[in-house]
Amino acid sequence: MDVLDLLLDPLRSGIDRRALAEVALLGAVCGGLSFWVVGYRLAYPAESLAHGLLPGLVLASLAGAPLVLGAVAGVAVAAGLVALAARDERIDADAATAVVVTGMFGLGALLALAPETPARLGELLFGDPLGVTDADLVAAGALVVVGGLALAVLHRPLAATAFDPAGARSLGLAPNRVELALLLLLALALSVAVTGLGSLLVLAVLVAPAVAVRRHASSPAAAMAAGAGLAVAAGVTGIYASHHLGSAAGASVALALVLAAVVGTLWPRPAAAARRSPAGG
Amino acid sequence: MTAAPVVLASGAALGYGGDPVLEDLDFAVPAGTSVCVLGPNGGGKTTLFAGLVGALAPTAGELEVQGRPAYVAQTDRTRLDFPVSALDVALMGSLAGGRWWLPASRADRRAASLSLERVGLESESGTRFGELSGGQRQRVLIARALVQDARVLLLDEPLGGVDPASAEGIEGLFSALRDEGRTLLVSTHDVQSARAFDVVLCLNRRQVAFGPPDEALGRDILEATYGSEIVVLDGGDGPVRAVTVQHHEH
Repeated sequence: MDVLDLLLDPLRSGIDRRALAEVALLGAVCGGLSFWVVGYRLAYPAESLAHGLLPGLVLASLAGAPLVLGAVAGVAVAAGLVALAARDERIDADAATAVVVTGMFGLGALLALAPETPARLGELLFGDPLGVTDADLVAAGALVVVGGLALAVLHRPLAATAFDPAGARSLGLAPNRVELALLLLLALALSVAVTGLGSLLVLAVLVAPAVAVRRHASSPAAAMAAGAGLAVAAGVTGIYASHHLGSAAGASVALALVLAAVVGTLWPRPAAAARRSPAGG
Repeated sequence: MTAAPVVLASGAALGYGGDPVLEDLDFAVPAGTSVCVLGPNGGGKTTLFAGLVGALAPTAGELEVQGRPAYVAQTDRTRLDFPVSALDVALMGSLAGGRWWLPASRADRRAASLSLERVGLESESGTRFGELSGGQRQRVLIARALVQDARVLLLDEPLGGVDPASAEGIEGLFSALRDEGRTLLVSTHDVQSARAFDVVLCLNRRQVAFGPPDEALGRDILEATYGSEIVVLDGGDGPVRAVTVQHHEH
């Protein structure tokens, strides 16, 4: 098989074409968003929500409802329970979050593994990019539009608040509201992306792109653009690998993203930057 | 001087729930004044600034600032790994105009460049903030306050960790800003540097003194402000010389 066939083969299959479109759309918006997820130290909350929404996903699947609706409901319930548990001063917030999320995850697994339910747990946990429907693609496209607009409008407050929260307040911004807006955007992106990449693997696209490009970018906008480009490239690479090697599609995409994060972290920074910050910041 | 004060505290107390961290605040600062906020670590300097920027509401009394003050943090409280240039940081000052959802305009960019020039950093405008020296970072944050066009500037230990040459440059900048009618509140725990200010506000969980350096830097007041943390070197008829001893309880 020559190189051209290697590249064109997946495009001849409708299933693979849709999978490529799905990972490209999700990568474009989540890769950009990941810069703020990492910048605001939201990787752990993002992981908690991704796992905690599982019961919503399972119930939607059992009811034959669109998965994205189940994911939105699941995120809302998980976030509410985490907020409630974190208010209990007898336990610290991280421990409370861990308990709630494990409980929700267990509940989701219990529902999905009941004898009379169809066996779709694997797809919900590990994603099934090859099984995306037209509705999934529409949802991903809508996320690109809504998420892109939100990121453009929020760009300056997000940057000023991440850089110096106390200073941002004196500029008339409300750091709490800026962070809340980011959390809502994160919840929305999670709800859409989880239907393609699964509850356990979706975090890769919301964290790994930023980890890969962070040290090399000269501005937040450059970091977002590079993160988006990298996430699209890693997603496409994952689908191609899955096509040619017969590997699981969702896992291949996640591993390609993680590989990019490892390479980006180990890659040396430009000489000038490295020389001027010996601590390696 | 009878001009209306730009910063006014009357019987104000501040706290984070529970007992107040800082109380008995009673002072009035007229426009164009430089105020040194002096006190030991934990004495309430940062708490006072939190109250002045509106992050904390007074638990008693009143605390008022005319307009919105600019807050210049200790630069190691900012995110040094965040990918922004000196110009980007100065440009953040234009967010105070209120239209945060729009990209920065050309006029905003011009104002940011001029401010960097004003603090002597036009040649570093493209340099990443985290790669500047401590003194340069401090000046970039002052440039942001200038773009914000704040009449009142709150500076939290601006000379901490800054080399003596840069410190002199920053102090010169303070005088220039005061001369154009801006009001500066500068916190420090360095007693010697307090003499260069118009007024000194001594804090140790409450207001110990508020007045010109000659009055507020006497032996009794310094001992009340610092307690066992101060060593008075000589007194008598001349000005008191004193150094503070920082206790580190690690």
